[in-house]
Amino acid sequence: MSTITDHADDSTTGVLAASTAPKQPPITGARPAPITGQGEDRAAIPWQDPKRHAWVFGLIVPLLPFIAWGMAEATGLTVFWFTGPLLVFGVFPIFDYLRGLDAENPPEEAIKPLEADRYYRWCTYAYIPLQYAGLVLACWLWAYGGLSVVASIGLALTVAMVSGVAINTAHELGHKRDSLERWLSKIALAQSGYGHFFIEHNRGHHVRVATPEDPASARFGEGFWEFLPRTVVGSLQSAWGLERTRLARLGHSPLAIRNDILNAWAMTVVLWGVLVAIFGVVILPYLVLQAIVGFSLLEVVNYLEHYGLLRQRREDGRYERTRPEHSWNSNNFASNVALYHLQRHSDHHANPTRRYQALRHVEEAPQLPTGYAGMILLALVPALWRRVMDRRLLEHYGGDVTLTNMHPRARGRLLARYGTPQGAH
Amino acid sequence: MARFRCPVCEYVYDEDEGAPREGFPAGTPWSKVPDDWPCPDCGVRDKVDFEPQD
Repeated sequence: MSTITDHADDSTTGVLAASTAPKQPPITGARPAPITGQGEDRAAIPWQDPKRHAWVFGLIVPLLPFIAWGMAEATGLTVFWFTGPLLVFGVFPIFDYLRGLDAENPPEEAIKPLEADRYYRWCTYAYIPLQYAGLVLACWLWAYGGLSVVASIGLALTVAMVSGVAINTAHELGHKRDSLERWLSKIALAQSGYGHFFIEHNRGHHVRVATPEDPASARFGEGFWEFLPRTVVGSLQSAWGLERTRLARLGHSPLAIRNDILNAWAMTVVLWGVLVAIFGVVILPYLVLQAIVGFSLLEVVNYLEHYGLLRQRREDGRYERTRPEHSWNSNNFASNVALYHLQRHSDHHANPTRRYQALRHVEEAPQLPTGYAGMILLALVPALWRRVMDRRLLEHYGGDVTLTNMHPRARGRLLARYGTPQGAH
Repeated sequence: MARFRCPVCEYVYDEDEGAPREGFPAGTPWSKVPDDWPCPDCGVRDKVDFEPQD
């Protein structure tokens, strides 16, 4: 573990840089969860992860096509083909809210052993065979299952949920140095055609997070449906530029199979090609639908993670270092389990290579009013989103709208509404 | 040859090894790496933030 005083490791003791921190109430910081056993003898009792076995429940997501099929067959009701979106957008947000918050944080000394425990890796690896088993089942059903068009669309939307959450699995795997895990990340991305995420996320988003230049960081006053084309197109353009630069250093054109975007997309082409060859072109519209809805699900999560937050520019022109205050977090237990702790977003951006099981909740980082599951629903209705989030965003910045990442088209309106009495800057 | 470490994660740039995938073949001196080259593992810090290792 680094001995350098690293702000990221200080996050649970509540240290924030004084010069650039927005005005906030006094910081008390999050203490690590009490270790079970005698208080005085903490060192003697090794910390046990209370969520260790919960991670397996996240694998329910890739089982959704099977569940949908089972329920539809058992009841004969077409609505059950829509099990995926019904669960993700209906049941799960309610369950997430009711189940409440996840109180546990691993203490500093538990992080290394926790990261070394391979059980947790298997919880991510297992997603992939289940994901593809579900996709093959869906293709078979689309081709031979005698489904009505409505039922086929329902099934495609169910598969889309798996596809979108697979991008989250790919996110966890793609952040690791291990070459097997990076390869598995591309495999998980093949289903949704989002192979370029592999490049853009680590090398684009993480570098430019919470700045106006990042297509995947939502701006204040930007509704989700405005954000969606900007991030989809912008992230792709950024990824292409990154690979082009890298390959140019190596003396290559970007049009080469060593381009990690092209070889990732090639996986999609091969996957879809094989499926169409086996099951027929009838499945193609549904493959396209599950891909588009799948990556849109990922993008709505991007939307809520950094909405309006802004890293300030230093005198030398660089942006300040990414800190806990530059991500929106939740600590709802159920969403944590379904998304491999993605909600502990501040710690993730401070320590991108940290394995999901060791990510910590950072109390003083900006918190969303509910888990990611519920926030997704709010994001889909911009008027509701604004009503819930704009006030929170401003409070985070002590009322100073000029500290936020304002959407240029909304800038005039935002300054007029929230600007200081001294007027626009 | 010299080594330089990202202050956030454990990535080390070793001049002997370079970072071939990034476009810096083995033996590329640190001075040839652009200032705004982000750490290839974490992306949190750039070349100018790296710390020399003994």
